[in-house]
Amino acid sequence: MEILVCVKRVPGTSENEIEFNPEGNDIERDELLYGVNEPDNYAVEEALQITARVGGEVTVVTVGGEDDEEVLRREMAMGASHGVLLTDHAFSGSDVRGIAAILQAFVRKGKYDLVLTGVQADDGGAQVGGMLAAMLDYPFACLVNSIEVLDGRKLRISREVEGGNREVSEIELPCVLSIQTGINEPRYVGMRGIRAVGSVPIPTYGAAELALDPNTVGHTAAKVKRMDYFLPALGKGAEMLHGSREEIVARVADLIAAKGGLR
Amino acid sequence: MARIFAYITHRAGIIDDSAAELLTAANKIDPAAPPTAIVTGCGAELDSVCASLCASYAEVWKISDESLAYPNAELIRKALVEVLPPGSIVLAAHEHFGIDLAPGLSIKLGAVFASDLLEIERTEGSLLKVVRQEFGGQVSAHVQCDISSGAVLTIRPGAFKALTTSPANGQVVDKSAEVGTLTAGRRYLETVVAETGDIDITKHNILVSIGRGIQERDNVAIAQDLADALGAAVSCSRPVVDAKWLEKSRQVGSSGKAVKPKVYLACGISGAFQHLAGLKGNPFIIAINKNPKAPIFQVADVGIVDDLLELLPELTNKIHEMRKVAA
Repeated sequence: MEILVCVKRVPGTSENEIEFNPEGNDIERDELLYGVNEPDNYAVEEALQITARVGGEVTVVTVGGEDDEEVLRREMAMGASHGVLLTDHAFSGSDVRGIAAILQAFVRKGKYDLVLTGVQADDGGAQVGGMLAAMLDYPFACLVNSIEVLDGRKLRISREVEGGNREVSEIELPCVLSIQTGINEPRYVGMRGIRAVGSVPIPTYGAAELALDPNTVGHTAAKVKRMDYFLPALGKGAEMLHGSREEIVARVADLIAAKGGLR
Repeated sequence: MARIFAYITHRAGIIDDSAAELLTAANKIDPAAPPTAIVTGCGAELDSVCASLCASYAEVWKISDESLAYPNAELIRKALVEVLPPGSIVLAAHEHFGIDLAPGLSIKLGAVFASDLLEIERTEGSLLKVVRQEFGGQVSAHVQCDISSGAVLTIRPGAFKALTTSPANGQVVDKSAEVGTLTAGRRYLETVVAETGDIDITKHNILVSIGRGIQERDNVAIAQDLADALGAAVSCSRPVVDAKWLEKSRQVGSSGKAVKPKVYLACGISGAFQHLAGLKGNPFIIAINKNPKAPIFQVADVGIVDDLLELLPELTNKIHEMRKVAA
């Protein structure tokens, strides 16, 4: 089975405080460490496990610039056979639909049985996979948390639905699936693994190679535009406890006893 | 202004809570244009859904077909594409069904797509200004959408408060005949119900809940020690289950368990909305997080910026001390 996994390079923000730039239209990115969007590792791992069972190769692809090569290499160090960078000045400023259109053009150039994405990226939209599938007229499922390859170019999949229940379906190939985190345990990648694939060439494709009309992607075609960032309204906000740890611990213990009772 | 539709999900003949929230969202886009509800399904269940919706929606479009008995997003997308007028604005809830349906629907309608909206600020001509969140809810963004060729918008559950509306005495319009035979590359087989684990976190008054901040498997014991001291249970957010440090049955959230403790200690939990959706009954929330901008501090009653790996053991000792004094 030939599997394409779409990945994205994102700033690591879960452990860091985010600051805005002076213009307020972006976050300060200089201090942030970039890496692959964590959910994408689950998609790559799943692809590798499928090809280990039934044969075939895994290709990872991203839309971006030179800096994005590092995430392709990381996923190649996991075991992906090929990495491909879709890059062109005409692509910059694309909205999500534009990104899906670029990926669609690349999928059409190849012969992939299965296209995977992570469940969502830093923008939290969970959008690209479903758009890509519709553009290709492939079946689609999101929040996929198990995949079994059946005979007759079909998969048996489950989706994670409310309360952690699993919605089980059959889906025809080729299809696009967005993979829920937790479906597997992505393998560890060390520096040595990344160095080992450091010199593998990564082909690039631009608008011309993808036969994409530059006016259909990029900033000019974008109909969804972020205007600014701001801090969420604080709601009622928490009462922040200050003081020594000893004082804080005493206060918290009293609050638990008062509000919940100690049995 | 284009016509606004709200796709309403339902289960066993009962409409989802989002029906009222979508009405609020539609009202923010255009207060002068009452939205139309769209429902799909079949049989008596669908009829009772339509009847309930007529209380709040002026018009209810129903698409009844046996193939739609279980909500398959691909079939429903095809049905909607056949009945929706060009340029329509379609609203749906941002949950497991909505995110399965909406992105592809926007492509097939040639409409703009924006997902997981928290607020709709204003409409100016064909430009709609909305609020989304990024980076796990740490920051909000104003986003401008050109809705001149229609829009598909998913709405965060709970973000739009239901309004008290006067009875709508709505009309049901049967659109079933406009939909031909529907086929899909995906076929629903069954739903496997989640297992209840060794500990039932829905039955505890106090939950010591851990998130990514617990850092590694061995540290789960630190939370368990505190829970033991309190007579509480340990629950968690998604990353802890993804890492296989705790069973799925311990997960609080929209894809985990809905819990209603009296006290909820959120330890190293950032506070993604999917997690908060599992917290019911307005518990007293005590949040401990290293990151002062973690979204959990927006909803917590009490917040502490500290390292939970150091704070929790001290809290455990303190609880033991209090028990000795009491005894």
